[in-house]
Amino acid sequence: MDVLVNPTESSLLRFTTAGSVDDGKSTLIGRLLYDSKSIFEDQLLAVEESSKRRGDAHVNLALLTDGLRAEREQGITIDVAYRYFATPKRKFIIADTPGHIQYTRNMVTGASTADLAIILIDARLGVIEQTMRHTYLASLLRIGHIVLAVNKMDLVGFDEAVYNKIVADFQAFAKGLDQLPQVTPIPMSALNGDNVVDRSEHTPWYTGPSLLQHLETVQVHSETAADEARFPVQWVIRPISDRKDSKLGNLHDYRGFAGRMASGTFRVGDDVLVYPSEMKSKITGIHTFEGPQEEAIPQLSYSITVADEIDTSRGGMIVKANEPTQTSQEFDAMICWFADKKTLKPNSRFHLRHTTNDVRAVVTDVLYKVNISTLEKTVASKEFSLNDIGCIRLRCASPIFFDPYGKNRTTGSFVLVDEQTNNTVAAGMITRSLVDAGDEDAEVAI
Amino acid sequence: MSAITHLQFLESEAIYILRETAAQFQKPALLFSGGKDSIVMAWLARKAFHPSRLPFPLLHVDTGHNFPEAIEYRDWFVQEIGASLTVGLVQKSIDDGRVQEEQGHNASRNKLQTVTLLDTIEENQYDACLGGGRRDEEKARAKERFFSHRDGFGQWDPKNQRPELWNIFNGRKHFGEHFRVFPLSNWTEMDIWQYIRQENIPLPSLYFSHQRKIIDRHGQLLDASTGIIPLHDEEKPKVKEMTIRFRTVGDITCTGAVESTASTIDEIVAEVAAARQTERGTRADDKRSENAMEDRKKEGYF
Repeated sequence: MDVLVNPTESSLLRFTTAGSVDDGKSTLIGRLLYDSKSIFEDQLLAVEESSKRRGDAHVNLALLTDGLRAEREQGITIDVAYRYFATPKRKFIIADTPGHIQYTRNMVTGASTADLAIILIDARLGVIEQTMRHTYLASLLRIGHIVLAVNKMDLVGFDEAVYNKIVADFQAFAKGLDQLPQVTPIPMSALNGDNVVDRSEHTPWYTGPSLLQHLETVQVHSETAADEARFPVQWVIRPISDRKDSKLGNLHDYRGFAGRMASGTFRVGDDVLVYPSEMKSKITGIHTFEGPQEEAIPQLSYSITVADEIDTSRGGMIVKANEPTQTSQEFDAMICWFADKKTLKPNSRFHLRHTTNDVRAVVTDVLYKVNISTLEKTVASKEFSLNDIGCIRLRCASPIFFDPYGKNRTTGSFVLVDEQTNNTVAAGMITRSLVDAGDEDAEVAI
Repeated sequence: MSAITHLQFLESEAIYILRETAAQFQKPALLFSGGKDSIVMAWLARKAFHPSRLPFPLLHVDTGHNFPEAIEYRDWFVQEIGASLTVGLVQKSIDDGRVQEEQGHNASRNKLQTVTLLDTIEENQYDACLGGGRRDEEKARAKERFFSHRDGFGQWDPKNQRPELWNIFNGRKHFGEHFRVFPLSNWTEMDIWQYIRQENIPLPSLYFSHQRKIIDRHGQLLDASTGIIPLHDEEKPKVKEMTIRFRTVGDITCTGAVESTASTIDEIVAEVAAARQTERGTRADDKRSENAMEDRKKEGYF
């Protein structure tokens, strides 16, 4: 049953879940889906039958999310599973990612589109290495909100002291992170439903919201109107036709830059800078199928016309004249390496895909790798293998226009594509620009 | 921050994917069945490239076992949005000996479509096919990418998929390979209906409550009015006139009806909200085994 959300008011929240093997993550997701009536009878029946065939003692809700034959056979989650549910207030997309160290790649993938991360902790075990790893990744990907789900509280007698110690341990650790997310700790028992949908009577000492109440009301600001305006060009709309459009008039000279507003806003009349030519112009029209718009706002798609004949196309970008991006051929970036059969090392070459741009790039140096268990930087090896995280220096065949990832998730992110296999082999987040690699003093701190 | 609604987000995301497809591939096509998902996808494509016409054709894989209402609608819709249409005929694949028709009363051309689809893709050299599949439909689809790679044989390798991060989609491929692209990946059945209501999109009459001759076969309410599904002798007296509608529209032999009096979009939205079965619960093709969809998709199905 899909709950009837109010289509004119409900917003969307995308979140990811992380936890280790037996911390009750599947149970928690199963409960959110079940209690919001998002599981259908035929799905439940199919899961019950499979559980029985496999000899599971109880209905295994993980089978709902484990969609592939290999996953069901091996009882593991291989891939990110996307799940959907809704309440009358909000629509939710869950990126459910497996928690093992070998699935760092999946967590990074799930986190890249999430506004919030739920990190599960087994109350009996407290903050463990995996908790720190998951929190580090959430912080690296710049997820602004973390829910610290202190689960299995029923197994520690709903003891407030146990909960307080875990929260204090966690906060002590989180203080050391570069980017401190907003943390909301919640004591819960996913199995019994305590503080999942409704506030539990077992935790009278806890005065905060239930998990669902928090998810329904939390304000996330991933791409905001207050940020600098960024509009990567995907495609140029040129009808080249003598048809007349009721709103646009003669279409012969129509030339619209199609794209999605990544951040900030545009209004008709704004002075703009257009990359790659860096020519200045003025916005003359902001169009959608519905007709001319006064304003372009984050996340929505438009076709934008400008006053002058400017040479830009796919890979270009429109920004406000007084808010230029960084422009450089060389920069430093944090990456997570995804390939299991190949490694990355100095001089490795790739196709770099950044916004709608595609340029060739070479690794000029490996600055350090991060030990994902201790979070220490290491220079012991300059070779990345599957799931390694670290900082590299890249040089592109032509300049790209970007912002540091900490400032803008769309214009600061990229992927590396293998030249032979065409596979996506790394996720990257730009940390700083280098005007001239040979001269350390010329580094532009950003 | 100007908050946008979830339907605005989904619409913009789909438009973004449609534009990426047009930009990254040489010769895409949009798979159009006359079902509500492909109708919504084509509707969004019109928005994405406005005021230009669609930069790709609609492609219909025709099993020959169609509801006449769906074909009528298809031809009207193509005209309405000013698109061009390519049709791949399963009958031709049968006549050419490329596939063998299933025998018996439960025979279906659903599985045969894969061969026709792959042949049509090869013949026209399409390098990307836009599909209306959604991740909430079925568990194998839940693992599907927006940009889903197919090898030179049209096969899907679910264990070796490209990770998709942020809004960056990697459509690089070798010659002879192609992609399936799913702009509606993040939509649910309810989102589709709420969007149809919001946009006032006309639909084939099959989706609305009507009277039809129906045979109840193992709980599946199958069409008995077009004569396409062969009936057992003992079934013939059991054919009943019922008040039904279809939740999905596909090949007649595997599309089950639901009893319903919902005759407006509002009534359908209310009915979907109260439904206790997924829409694919009416699809015979998914019931063949737990892995039915995954297996068909690996071979190159939609």
